[in-house]
Amino acid sequence: MYGNAYVENPAATNSLTANENPIKLAEFEARIAAGDKIEPNDWMPAEYKKQLIRMIEQHAHSEIIGALPEGTWITRAPGFRRKLALMAKVQDEVGHGQLLYSAAETLGKSREDMTNDLINGKSKYSNVFNYPAKTWADSAVIAWLIDAGAIVNQLANSKGSYGPYCRALDRICAEESFHLKYGHDNVVFLATGTPKQREMVQDALNRWWEPIMHFFGPPDKMSVHTEVLMRWKVKMGTNDDMRQTFLDMYVPKIWDLGLTLPDENLKKNDETGKWEYTEPNWEVFKQVINGNGPCNKERLAVRRTAEEKGRWVRNAILRKDAKYVTPLA
Amino acid sequence: MEFTEKHVEGLKDLLYRMADDLLILGHRNSEWTGLGPILEEDIAFSSMAQDKVGQSLALYEILHELGESDPDTVAFTRNDFQFHNCQMVEFPIGEYDFSLVRHFFYDHADALRFEALTETVFEPLQMVTKKFKGEIKYHTMHANSWLKQLAHGSEESKIRMQQSINELFPYALGMFEPSDYEQELMESGLFIGEAALQQRWLDVVVPTLESYGYTVPTDAAPLFGGRKGVHTEHLQPLLDEMTEVFRIDPSAEW
Repeated sequence: MYGNAYVENPAATNSLTANENPIKLAEFEARIAAGDKIEPNDWMPAEYKKQLIRMIEQHAHSEIIGALPEGTWITRAPGFRRKLALMAKVQDEVGHGQLLYSAAETLGKSREDMTNDLINGKSKYSNVFNYPAKTWADSAVIAWLIDAGAIVNQLANSKGSYGPYCRALDRICAEESFHLKYGHDNVVFLATGTPKQREMVQDALNRWWEPIMHFFGPPDKMSVHTEVLMRWKVKMGTNDDMRQTFLDMYVPKIWDLGLTLPDENLKKNDETGKWEYTEPNWEVFKQVINGNGPCNKERLAVRRTAEEKGRWVRNAILRKDAKYVTPLA
Repeated sequence: MEFTEKHVEGLKDLLYRMADDLLILGHRNSEWTGLGPILEEDIAFSSMAQDKVGQSLALYEILHELGESDPDTVAFTRNDFQFHNCQMVEFPIGEYDFSLVRHFFYDHADALRFEALTETVFEPLQMVTKKFKGEIKYHTMHANSWLKQLAHGSEESKIRMQQSINELFPYALGMFEPSDYEQELMESGLFIGEAALQQRWLDVVVPTLESYGYTVPTDAAPLFGGRKGVHTEHLQPLLDEMTEVFRIDPSAEW
């Protein structure tokens, strides 16, 4: 699962294509405009490759780091049904990481390099995973609403231009839709359960609302997306559009369960058809992206320890000369 | 032959041993999720964990049909002294060599146990073990390929693996701790008995390890206790964690 808050390279638009062969560039852009998919060995502008690596890599890291907050609830899931489902769900997320790293590897960056950039803090991952899953109900809210948000975003991106990424996203979305059902079922049981269960899920929802609103990235008026990345179908859809789609699909479902959301201004404007809401605090968002969220340090520390503990295994089995360039999807 | 109460008690004891082993080891294996040495191994250990917990559920369901409480109650409300799992499965995951060697020892034993039980006279168990057999063959295949690779991977990997083999072997023998019902289980055709199973296991495990270049401490004395409810200090904290949410309100539907 992954949000739309892709942290772009702040390069100026006109420099992106400055050194490219104009004929090849025109052919490339014509293919994308015609809806063709670009494959690993096709010609592509250097900046296209660079931005895609960044984006797919951030997505892959998000899957791996995203396994941590939910993973802590696998060993505490109440009852066989939930235990088995949550194990499978988190396993799927790790599998998504595997698919995505392989998609990024087709562009020339090794999984090892990506992992190193993650644990050294050089590459980002979705901000939402820097928050703690305090109770079982948090894990339910994540599985329902964060996965729902991810589907909104990933369905859009699956219509992008890079073949291996799009195909990986098709597979990922199919699995995420099961996660959504699991998460929804889980929230329904809590929301219709004992007073204690209702209280747990309402608290979790209150805690997660701001991170969920942040999940889609800063409002369009604040975030500058280079026009060329839209034209190349690297970036699909705007942050506000994705947020609106999400609100439209899920706020009514949340209210139907008798749960409330911590924003008294949240309502659908019948004239515009758009949802109105209080802007979440974007200063907090920036702080968390820059490493000052409640769990940034813990998440990276866990990942770093896992890498260090596993090094002897990798050293014993990996062939240094091996190259993995065949996409899994 | 006519089943006496003692036969049924023996059968239940056998089912509890198997189910508790599977639940506890499945739980431990799931702890690798997000932390494995490579992503593919996170995924592999999670798959095996899901199979094991799923198999334990199937066995608890059989126990429920024999008059025991429902699977959630049985799994999520007992304390350590009421568990019949062997001690080997309750240890924390440790380093990867430890988890792999435990996986190798345990899964070969389970594969042979399931194989033997496909001929049990108790039909519900016969049915499920036929199904389990199809799942476990991938577990033993996975274990073998890792033990083989790490025997020749690097000097460090070989030393680590050998140390874990030495450390775990007495606990592995503890899997075959005799029950109080060995005679009843054997005479009724319910099960071949722990001694026979251990022999089959040694016949597989010892030559396999030797063929990879490991030595096997065959003179080790077995460490028993788990089957009779005597556990290490690691089981109760595992159960406390596993039941943390369930205990908030055991009458609630989760």
